[in-house]
Amino acid sequence: MSRVETSARTAVESPTPQRSGSARPRDAVAGDTARGIDRRGFLRGGAALVFTLTGGGLSILPIRSADAQSRWAAARDTDPTRLDTWIAISESGDVTAFFGKMDMGQGVDTAIAQVVAEELDVDVEHVGVVMGDTHLTPNQGGASGSSGCRQGSIPLRNAAAEARRVLVERASEKLGVPVERLRTQSGAVLVADDPGTRVTYAELIADGFEHELDWNGRYGNGLLVEGRAARKSPREYRVVGTAVPRKDVPGKILATTEFCHHVTLPGMLHGRAVRPPVANAVPVAVDERSIAHIPGARVVHVGDFVAVVAEHEWHAIKAARELAVTWSETEPPFPSMERLYDHIRAAPVAADNSVANFGPRRPYDPQPTLDAIAASAVALEAEYELPFQSHARMAPSVGVADVRDGEALVFSDTQKPHDTRDGIAKLLGLPPERVRVVWRPGPGSYGRSDADEAAFEAAVLSREVGRPVRVQWMRDEGHAWDPKAPAAVITCKAGLDADGRLTAWYFRAKGFSGWDVMFNASDPKDTLVGQLLGWPKGDAHNFGVPGESYAFPNAVKFWETIPPLMERASPLRCAHMRAPQEPQLHFAQECFLDEVGARAGVDPIELRLSLLTDEREIAVLRAVKELSGWETRPSPRTNAGGDVVTGRGVAINSGFGAHVATVCEVEVDRKSGRIWAKRFFVAHDCGLVINPKGLVATIEGNIVQGVSRTFEEVRFDERAVRSVDWATYSILDVMDAPESIEVVTINRPELPPGGAGEPTHVTVPAAIANAVFDATGVRLRRIPLRLA
Amino acid sequence: MARFVLNVDGERHEVESDPDMPLLYALRNDLALKGPKFGCGLAQCGACTVIIDGNATRSCVIPIAAVEGASIRTLDGLGSAERPHPVQAAFIEEEAAQCGYCTNGWIMTAVAGLERNPNPTDREIREMLAGLKCRCGTHMAILRAVRRAANALASAERPASERPDGIGSVQRAQEGSA
Repeated sequence: MSRVETSARTAVESPTPQRSGSARPRDAVAGDTARGIDRRGFLRGGAALVFTLTGGGLSILPIRSADAQSRWAAARDTDPTRLDTWIAISESGDVTAFFGKMDMGQGVDTAIAQVVAEELDVDVEHVGVVMGDTHLTPNQGGASGSSGCRQGSIPLRNAAAEARRVLVERASEKLGVPVERLRTQSGAVLVADDPGTRVTYAELIADGFEHELDWNGRYGNGLLVEGRAARKSPREYRVVGTAVPRKDVPGKILATTEFCHHVTLPGMLHGRAVRPPVANAVPVAVDERSIAHIPGARVVHVGDFVAVVAEHEWHAIKAARELAVTWSETEPPFPSMERLYDHIRAAPVAADNSVANFGPRRPYDPQPTLDAIAASAVALEAEYELPFQSHARMAPSVGVADVRDGEALVFSDTQKPHDTRDGIAKLLGLPPERVRVVWRPGPGSYGRSDADEAAFEAAVLSREVGRPVRVQWMRDEGHAWDPKAPAAVITCKAGLDADGRLTAWYFRAKGFSGWDVMFNASDPKDTLVGQLLGWPKGDAHNFGVPGESYAFPNAVKFWETIPPLMERASPLRCAHMRAPQEPQLHFAQECFLDEVGARAGVDPIELRLSLLTDEREIAVLRAVKELSGWETRPSPRTNAGGDVVTGRGVAINSGFGAHVATVCEVEVDRKSGRIWAKRFFVAHDCGLVINPKGLVATIEGNIVQGVSRTFEEVRFDERAVRSVDWATYSILDVMDAPESIEVVTINRPELPPGGAGEPTHVTVPAAIANAVFDATGVRLRRIPLRLA
Repeated sequence: MARFVLNVDGERHEVESDPDMPLLYALRNDLALKGPKFGCGLAQCGACTVIIDGNATRSCVIPIAAVEGASIRTLDGLGSAERPHPVQAAFIEEEAAQCGYCTNGWIMTAVAGLERNPNPTDREIREMLAGLKCRCGTHMAILRAVRRAANALASAERPASERPDGIGSVQRAQEGSA
C-alpha cells in the first residue's frame, strides 16, 4: 500500500481561483433572469448533437418571452437519448454540461466538470455546469443519496466520451486522416504525427449534427445513457483525481452568488404563513381588520392554510404576527416529551421490513435468535434511544412562484426540482410541462427538509392573488415545522459463549416512519400546505437496518415503524435526514458491538476485524487504526485520573458506495460533564476519487455536522414543538468544534466513484459514545449524549 | 413610512420604510445586496452580519432608524474578484464554504475581529467567532481560513518563525491496495 501524503498546507497553496469572467462558460446559478437572453441563440442548431451557443455565453432562459404562447417559451429538449441534452459546445469552444442533479456545497458540479473535461479532452476551466432547471436539465433525480458523483456523473461521463468519439470521426472525414492517427487535446482534434494539423471542436460542429445515445429508460438516480465510445483508462486521467478548485466558492465569498433568496420577479408580493398555536388546531375565523393598519397587507385563507401577502416584506412579517385568527379547540396531539420513548415502545407496529421497500420483501423470524441467546452462557441486551431531530437549515424555507395563464414559474432551493415540478403541477391542476421549477442555491438541506414547502405555498398564494409571490418562512417555522428525522428505540441483544465469543445477534429498530413524508415532493400530499388544502397524507413506511459485512451467528435484523402522532400537517411528521436513518441505526449497532467487546474483554477494533468479511471494510478499519495510532486494549481504560479524562472510540459504516471507519478521541470533564469530541481520524474508501480536496472537505463536513447531531434533539410538549430557534435547538458552536480531523482516502481508480456526502456522517455518534465509554466507563445510550 | 439615509459601503442611499424595520430588509430588498442574509431574524446565527462603525452587528434586529448616519460595511463592498479583502482571499484559498449561506457572518465577524485583534491566538480566533452558526459543519476550514488571514495581515510586521501554526486538518491520499 503506497501512500502519498499532502499536508493541508500544501493543499491550500493552489492559486486563487479566477472568478468567472464574461468569456467563461456560465453556470446556471449565474444566469441573470433580468436580462433577456435570446433563447433562439441558446437553442441554435436545436436538432444538433452538440449545439452552438452565441458568443455571449450561456445564460438561463428569459423569464419573459416574445412567444405569445408562453411567458418563458417551451422547454429545451431534455430527452436523455439525445447527446445534446447533456453536452453543448459554443462557438468559442466553451463546453456546457447539463446536469440533472445539483451541488449542495460539496463541489459536485466541479467534479462533473472534471469528468466531462477528462472524457471530452477539454480544459476544465472551459466547462460550465447547468444544474437543476426542469426546462434545461434531464431528470437525474436531484440531490439524493450521495449520488452526485456515484450515479450522476456516469451519464455525463458516457456522453462526453461519446461526443469525443463522434468529433474524432468528423475530424477524420474533414482532414482525410484515419481515426487511428488522430488524438484530442484541449478542445481540438490533432493529427498525432503532425500536430500542426488540427481542427477545433467548435469548427467540427459548426453545422450541427445529430447523435443518439442508448438510454436505460429510467429517470431519477438510476438514469443511465451509454454510447459506443471506449472510455479512458484511469491511467490516462489528467483532470480526474486532481484538486481542481471548487467552482462555487468564489461567488459565495465575494457575495456574487445568486441564492434562491435573492430572486425577485416584477410585481412580486411577499407572503408569510400563519401557524396554529396547538399543532392540530385549524383556523375557525380570521379577522382581516386586525391587519387593516398595515399598508397593502391582505389575507389569503384557503382550506386550512392561512397566510398574508404584502408589497413590502416587513409589512408581511408584521401582518403575519398581528393577524387575529381564532383556532379550533383541540385535544393536544402529542405525548409529553418525557414519554416519547415509552410511547414508541408501546405503540402498535404499522409496518416492518417484511414489507417490500427499496428492495424485495425481507421476511424475518426473531425466534431462532432469541432461542440461541437464551441457550448462551451470557445474554446481553441494550436499548438505544434516538430523538426527533430538525434539519435546522441555516435559513428556513424560501420559494418564489408566478402562477398565471395556465403556467407556473417557480424558484426553489429544493433538492429535487423535477419532483417539485410534478407536485406543484398536481397542486395547481396543470400539466407538468407548463410548470418550470428553477433550482437556485440555498442553505444546506441534508434530506427532505423544509426546502420544498415555501415553493408550494408561494404557488398557492400566487394562484390566489394573481401576482408573483415570494414566501420566506420565519425561523420558528423552519425549526418547528420542517419534517423531522424519525425518533426511534433500537433494541440490541447478543449471546456470548463461555469464551466470550458471539453466539447470536438481534437488532430491532422501532420508530416513526422515515417515509411519513416521502423523499421528494412529487405529490402535494407530502407537503404541509398540500395537507392543509385537503390532500390526504400518505401511508408509506421505512426505517432500515445496518448492512455491514459482520458475520454474526444466528443473526436477525429488522425494523418496525409506528403510526404517526397526527394524521395530517404535523410538525413532527418524519422524513429522511442526511443518510436517512443510518446515523440512528449505526449508533445502536456500533455501540452495542463495543458493549459486547467490553463484556468479552476484547479490543473494539480487534472485535470488528474478527467479524468483518468485506475486504474494503477491513481495509478502512486497518487504515484508521494505523492513522490514529490506536492502542490495542479493551475499553474502558482503567488508569484515568483527574478531572479531565480522555478516551477513544471507533465506528464503521458502509453505504452509498463507500466504506468508512472513524476513530474519535474525546476529552471529558468529569466535573462539568462536558464532552469534547476533540480529534477525529477517518479512513474513507469511495472507489475512484475525482477531486481529493473536495472529498476531504466533504468528509470534514460529515464529521462536524455529525458531532452536532450527537448533541441535538427536538423539544416538544403535548401541544406543539418548542424548539423554535437556535437557542432552543442548539447546534455545534465553533468553541466545541474538533481540534483536528485527519483523513486517509483510499483511492481505487479501477472502481467507479462512490458517495461521500453521507457515509462518514453515519459513524460519528457511535464513535463519540464509544470514546466516552472508554474515557469514563459510562455507557450513554441516548442521543443527545449527556453526562450531567 | 419614513425616509432614512444610509451610508453603506461608502455610498449614500435613501430608503423609505417603517422606522422599526430591521436594517437587513433595506440591505436585501432596497439595496439588493447579496452578502447579508436572513437566517433567523433573532440575532442568533450571524448570517446577516454587517460592520457598523467598526462593530460586527446583526442587521436582522437593528432598526433602520438606529443606524442613520452610521458607517455600514457589507460583504458586497468588502472586496472584489480582482481585489479581494485578505479575509476573502483566505476563505477562497481554504475553500471555506459549503452551501455558503452563513459565510457572510463568518467573514464579516472575522474582518471586524481582526481589525480589533490583528494577532489572535487560535483560541482567540474561536472566541472571536463564537455564536455564529454553520449547519454544514464547515468550521475546520473556516478556522484555517481566519488563521491564514491573520497570518497574512500580520506577515508584514512579524517574521514567519513567530507566527502561530494553522489549525490542521491533515489530508492524506492513499493508493488502493486491491
